[in-house]
Amino acid sequence: MNLVIFIFIVLLGFTSYYFGRKKAYSIQATNTRLTALPQFYGYYLAIWCAIPAFIIYSLWAIFEPSIVKLIILSDYSNQGYLDDELNLIYEKTKSLSRGQFSGEITTYLETSAEKYLNLRSIAQNSKVVLILAIIIASIVYGYKRISSNNRTREPVEKFLNAVLFTASLAAILTTIGIVFSLIFQTIDFFKVIPLFDFIFGTHWYPAKAFVRDASEPLDPSMYSDTFGAVPIFAGTFFIALIAMCVAIPIGLMSGIYLAEYASTKVRQYAKPLIEILAGIPTVVYGFFAALTVGPFLKDIGTAMGLEVSAESALAAGGVMGIMIIPFISSLSDDVITSVPQSLRDGSYAMGATKSETIKKVIFPAALPGIVGSILLGVSRAVGETMIVVMASGLAANLTFNPLESTSTITAQIVVILIGDQAFGDPKTQAAFALGMTLFLVTLSLNIFALRVVKKYREKYE
Amino acid sequence: MNKNKEKLLNSRYRAEKRFQFYGKSAIFLALLFLTIFIFKIFSTGYTAFQKTWLIVPVTFDAETMYLDENPSKEDLEDADYFDLALQTMFNLDKSATEKQQNDLKRMVSYFFEREIKRELLNDPSLIGKTKDVYLTASDDLDQVFKGNYPRDLPEDQRRVTDYQLKIFDQLVEQGRVESKFNLSFFTYPDSREAELAGIASSFMGSIFSILVCLVIAFPVAVLAAIYLEEFAPKNRFTDFIEVNINNLAAVPSIVFGLLGLGILLAVFQLPRSTPLVGGITLSLMTLPTIIIACRASLKAVPPSIREAALAMGASKMQTTMHHTVPLSMPGTLSGTIIGLAQALGETAPLILIGMVAFVNTIPGSPLDPAASLPVQIYIWAESAERGFVEKVSACIMVLLGFLIIMNLFAQIIRHKFEKKWS
Repeated sequence: MNLVIFIFIVLLGFTSYYFGRKKAYSIQATNTRLTALPQFYGYYLAIWCAIPAFIIYSLWAIFEPSIVKLIILSDYSNQGYLDDELNLIYEKTKSLSRGQFSGEITTYLETSAEKYLNLRSIAQNSKVVLILAIIIASIVYGYKRISSNNRTREPVEKFLNAVLFTASLAAILTTIGIVFSLIFQTIDFFKVIPLFDFIFGTHWYPAKAFVRDASEPLDPSMYSDTFGAVPIFAGTFFIALIAMCVAIPIGLMSGIYLAEYASTKVRQYAKPLIEILAGIPTVVYGFFAALTVGPFLKDIGTAMGLEVSAESALAAGGVMGIMIIPFISSLSDDVITSVPQSLRDGSYAMGATKSETIKKVIFPAALPGIVGSILLGVSRAVGETMIVVMASGLAANLTFNPLESTSTITAQIVVILIGDQAFGDPKTQAAFALGMTLFLVTLSLNIFALRVVKKYREKYE
Repeated sequence: MNKNKEKLLNSRYRAEKRFQFYGKSAIFLALLFLTIFIFKIFSTGYTAFQKTWLIVPVTFDAETMYLDENPSKEDLEDADYFDLALQTMFNLDKSATEKQQNDLKRMVSYFFEREIKRELLNDPSLIGKTKDVYLTASDDLDQVFKGNYPRDLPEDQRRVTDYQLKIFDQLVEQGRVESKFNLSFFTYPDSREAELAGIASSFMGSIFSILVCLVIAFPVAVLAAIYLEEFAPKNRFTDFIEVNINNLAAVPSIVFGLLGLGILLAVFQLPRSTPLVGGITLSLMTLPTIIIACRASLKAVPPSIREAALAMGASKMQTTMHHTVPLSMPGTLSGTIIGLAQALGETAPLILIGMVAFVNTIPGSPLDPAASLPVQIYIWAESAERGFVEKVSACIMVLLGFLIIMNLFAQIIRHKFEKKWS
């Protein structure tokens, strides 16, 4: 039904475009000069037709459910039910009215369900009537306003401008959404777990904080020594470190080679091939790390008499490093190619070899940009989820042995939130607190890196 | 003196050679990883496109199915096929003990009676006759036949018993085992039984998510990019929007999953595990990518085009909508496709909004619970059964295939339709 109304409004919008234009043409036919092209009269009428109706339509969609709920539950208001129980009654009413209810049906519920259906149909009908009335009124108004001396281009363009501006707010809204979704849960979390315990505690064992019975009061002492994040901060740092040990040498050297030595032909083929590595989904890397690299390292370790866990930090970090190679190589390639030729020529004129020029002149000149690219790589490594979830362990061990398994912030978020979540539970909130930490860390890394790169660019422009 | 000089020069040349060698080996290593990677996926995955069938003679005995004479279509639908199916398998070895009979039953897929039922429904005249029917082999035997399963392990470490192997070998000798193209991998939904699991449900989940993502992200991103590039005044507020976009592009994907969970599911009460929520979450992730691509291609349209249109009396809005935006479309579209390809490979945010739920139906709309291809890879990779390993690799091949096609498409659009201005 809602879809029908929606399509109806859209179709009506299109027809009113033609009517508006037609009227403009007929005015034109009487040899009167129009103040805008005929299409604008069409757009003008279409906007008048569709926009008020859409506004009513969406307001209705937002408020209808809660108003209906309010009316239904007003029957139960002075019987001393708790909020949760009232919600349950409402859910039961809804499922009964749909005929999908399979519990005990009381007379109360039956009357509520009938009332619910009644209300819904009243709401539906009055919505249709209201929207029709609005459409007719606004079309008549808009149609009357179409005349030779009324301007239509300006209002239409102003409207479009407003639409464009609203769209550009989407990025801000997303950021606000991220902050909001994280902040409330995080604050609730720190009400139970002191910030100090979270940052400096050395035991991370969220499985201990099983889902609590909502009726029991919350006892903070239950959670002491459960949410100490040091092991996972250390694990995150450690795996990122291993990844960078793989990615920086290979990425940087291939970037330098592609920029300075490679012939156009090699560059033409090697660069996109290396960039394929960046396009492979991370879950595929995770599978590769778990299926191939992990057992491979374990076999090597056993051959050398070492104890290697099948899910080791080394496997996860190493594969993550491979994933990051193209980020570093193409960014440092860009940075190096934008170093002015005059610096190279100067160095060659002094008799330096190519590698000496690169090491002593180009590298220092490009250093800020390269640092920026490495920082962006680090931020990738810190935020990477699937490789760690699949290839390294899920238990948070405080260890710096690359052959054992460790866990990261991202992996812990997945571990906690996979399956059903109970909002309001410290365990769930802990995941949001970790998310907040991750967001802040990557955000500051990015802002810093972008600033470094920007400064470097300005130097040579 | 001269000798020293020559020595120094030689060592400098050697350093030069060494440096070049490092560069070459770095590129070689990167490409080697890529090759190993692709080789490994293909070598473990290609067998999943074949499926092993046991060809077993089935006697459609009306009595075993508790059917009356001249049964109607409904009777055939409702008939009991389980006893018939069991009897069929027991007939393979009439002298089998009870334990061996159980082994016999486990040689075929879990739902083997449905295959027998389908056969009869296709041709009701089979009642009372015997016909060779293709039954899906159990995933363990499937792996044995493909040579992925070591037969020489001690029996208690194998999931296949010696007895099953004996019967299976007899069947192979009689030519009653056949390997055919595994169509069900593409047409079946997910299943707990490896031999019946397919990618249809997760594939549709991916398609719906990407469609929702496209429908939301593309218009919003293009409109935003037009505003920022063509209309926005240079002030603090627009700077702030720009900083926001650049930062969003680098926020880890899992944070968007938390956003989907905390806002879309908890506040707006949208249905869990659905491609609708997945698509909205992915669209927020893709937004910055498309905005950045669209702005870049708007910027690439030379000012002369705008000036010419303005000189002809077009308004700023007309100039933008009639000239600048159409000219920038190839770049925008290829950026959009690349953004969608990224979204298609995304896993972590979808896990958080519950798209990991086990779904054994093919979703028909974005409001039905579903998984997506990368999530399916994750689910299968986590399950212990050997039969799933090749399925994971095959699923990866399908996913990579799609990504390659999308990226090629983006390249083609860019090269074919983009105007070169200089």
